[in-house]
Amino acid sequence: MAKKDIWQPAGNSTLASARLLKKRKSNRNGELRGKIVIFSSAIFILAATVAITLFLTLKGLQAFVGDGLNVIDFITGTEWYPKHDPATYGAFPFIFGSFAVTFLTAIIAAPLGIGSALFMTEIAKKWGQKILQPVIEILVGIPSVVYGLIGLLVIVPVIRSFFGGTGFGLLAGTIVVGVMVLPTVTSIAADALRSIPEGLKDASYALGATRWQTIYKVVIPAALPSLLTAVVLGMARAFGEALAVQMVIGNARALPDSLVEPAATLTTIITLSMGHTTYGSTLNHALWTLGLILLAMSYVFILIIRFLSRRRQV
Amino acid sequence: MKAKKMMFLVVLAVLMVFATACGNSGNTEGSSNSGGQEENNAAGADGQLSGKLIVGGSSALQPLAAAAAKQFMQEHQGVQIQVQGGGSGTGLSEVAAGNFDIGNSDIFAEAKEGIDAGKLVDHKVAVVGITAAVNPKAGVKNLSQEELIKVFTGKVKNWSEVGGNDVKITLVNRPDGSGTRATFVKFALNGKTPAEGITQDSSNTVRRIVAKTPGAIGYLAFSYFNGDSVVKLSIDGVKATAENVQAGKFPVWAYEHMYTKGEPDKLEKAFLDYILSEPVQGELVPSMGYISATKMQVKRNAEGKMTKK
Repeated sequence: MAKKDIWQPAGNSTLASARLLKKRKSNRNGELRGKIVIFSSAIFILAATVAITLFLTLKGLQAFVGDGLNVIDFITGTEWYPKHDPATYGAFPFIFGSFAVTFLTAIIAAPLGIGSALFMTEIAKKWGQKILQPVIEILVGIPSVVYGLIGLLVIVPVIRSFFGGTGFGLLAGTIVVGVMVLPTVTSIAADALRSIPEGLKDASYALGATRWQTIYKVVIPAALPSLLTAVVLGMARAFGEALAVQMVIGNARALPDSLVEPAATLTTIITLSMGHTTYGSTLNHALWTLGLILLAMSYVFILIIRFLSRRRQV
Repeated sequence: MKAKKMMFLVVLAVLMVFATACGNSGNTEGSSNSGGQEENNAAGADGQLSGKLIVGGSSALQPLAAAAAKQFMQEHQGVQIQVQGGGSGTGLSEVAAGNFDIGNSDIFAEAKEGIDAGKLVDHKVAVVGITAAVNPKAGVKNLSQEELIKVFTGKVKNWSEVGGNDVKITLVNRPDGSGTRATFVKFALNGKTPAEGITQDSSNTVRRIVAKTPGAIGYLAFSYFNGDSVVKLSIDGVKATAENVQAGKFPVWAYEHMYTKGEPDKLEKAFLDYILSEPVQGELVPSMGYISATKMQVKRNAEGKMTKK
């Protein structure tokens, strides 16, 4: 209702004048109250971000400060056997798994996402939009556990019959997450392509370029930073995904030799083990450290996105 | 007017978020308070039980705890019992911190790092039997313990080497710290560390993977074996049944513990007594696939030593 008032200038002006005449006082109070609400929302979000970062940093450093683990061994070690004597905490297989899933996902999702965005914005503007938009919305709405189940019951057996082995592994994880992040990439890429001035394309056509030449010589280069932002956002989502990946990746803590061998990621090892640990134990602290690595990586992703979007403005 | 209403809603929403956040932190910090309150509440005017209990931890014990709590609440209208999952580690940590009134665990508190077991009082409410679950295509129904160890440590790679079909062996493990894993490793594998394979936490997922993957072997509590989708493995010729566990013939079993911090107060004691009473141990416990703790002919201490009761 309030939105309607804003978007109908005629209706709004009578309403506003009436309000101004009758209740000038309460309106002024409203101004102050509005300010308070908006400021407190902003402060709340800031505080939440700072608090999470601080909390995770403190928790994540406990393993190094309190329990005497070595930072370098932790990041580069390949043996994660907290129950052995002596216990070893080498998180490299999980870090490797997370990055492998993320980059392989980008390889799948980037061409598919940008391709369908081009289809929506350049090739079949009307009906392409009409069909693809709802499809993307449906893909966004499916919960990740459903993706995981489909992966477990469909994708894993298919991989097993084609490549042998168990079917669990990076490939299955990548396919599941690739489909999951596809809508993110597609919708942001479509927005980017739509924001390109028509004049650029018209000029290209006027020079006699074909549609394909226009797309890959003019449209894609002009939108490139935003397209990359779309891909990086998709990668950030892939990096953080836990549930669906956990169901299909196999969660083995050894470094995988191939794409169809069980592997693990940072998120899956946290969700698998956290409930079994007691607070204050070294394993619990080490899992928090893995969480800290995840947070640090999401900061890096955000920095990359900021860098890309600054380039676009220049 | 409209603007005011909107603002009111926004402020309300913000307040609610804050309230939830504060409520949570209050819960974790002001833990000892809640315990004291219950003691007051528990002593109702005419001997009626009333008050609130928070029970949580082990996901293996959660279904039984929830079912018993439901029946208990029907008998005692003034009592509210909240049953949560979260894992054995969470259950032990939270009861030691005083946030749970009763902490559920699959393993002895003594076996967990970072828990002061001296402060906790153990109540063994049920027993779970665990055995290996094998994919039917492996063609194996019984293994000696020696063979089982070879299979799980990766010394044997094909089922034909232990008398099964020519199918590759795929291991399905549980994560470190899982009570099922700890019990299986200790009593079925004699403490040998399993080789790396697929790792899954949830019993249902493990069953699904073992059922669908040719040659897969994992381990599950007895209650998860239903139908023919996975084979319930006998060890050394002893069938994995509740009777064999109770008689002390089948070694792979563990207590389901309910821990209280110090001696239980009135309401906690009433609930624990109820779980150990005949209606629960005789009907509810076996019907849900657990084994009655009161009917065990053998007992076991925290070090795993088994003695006749």
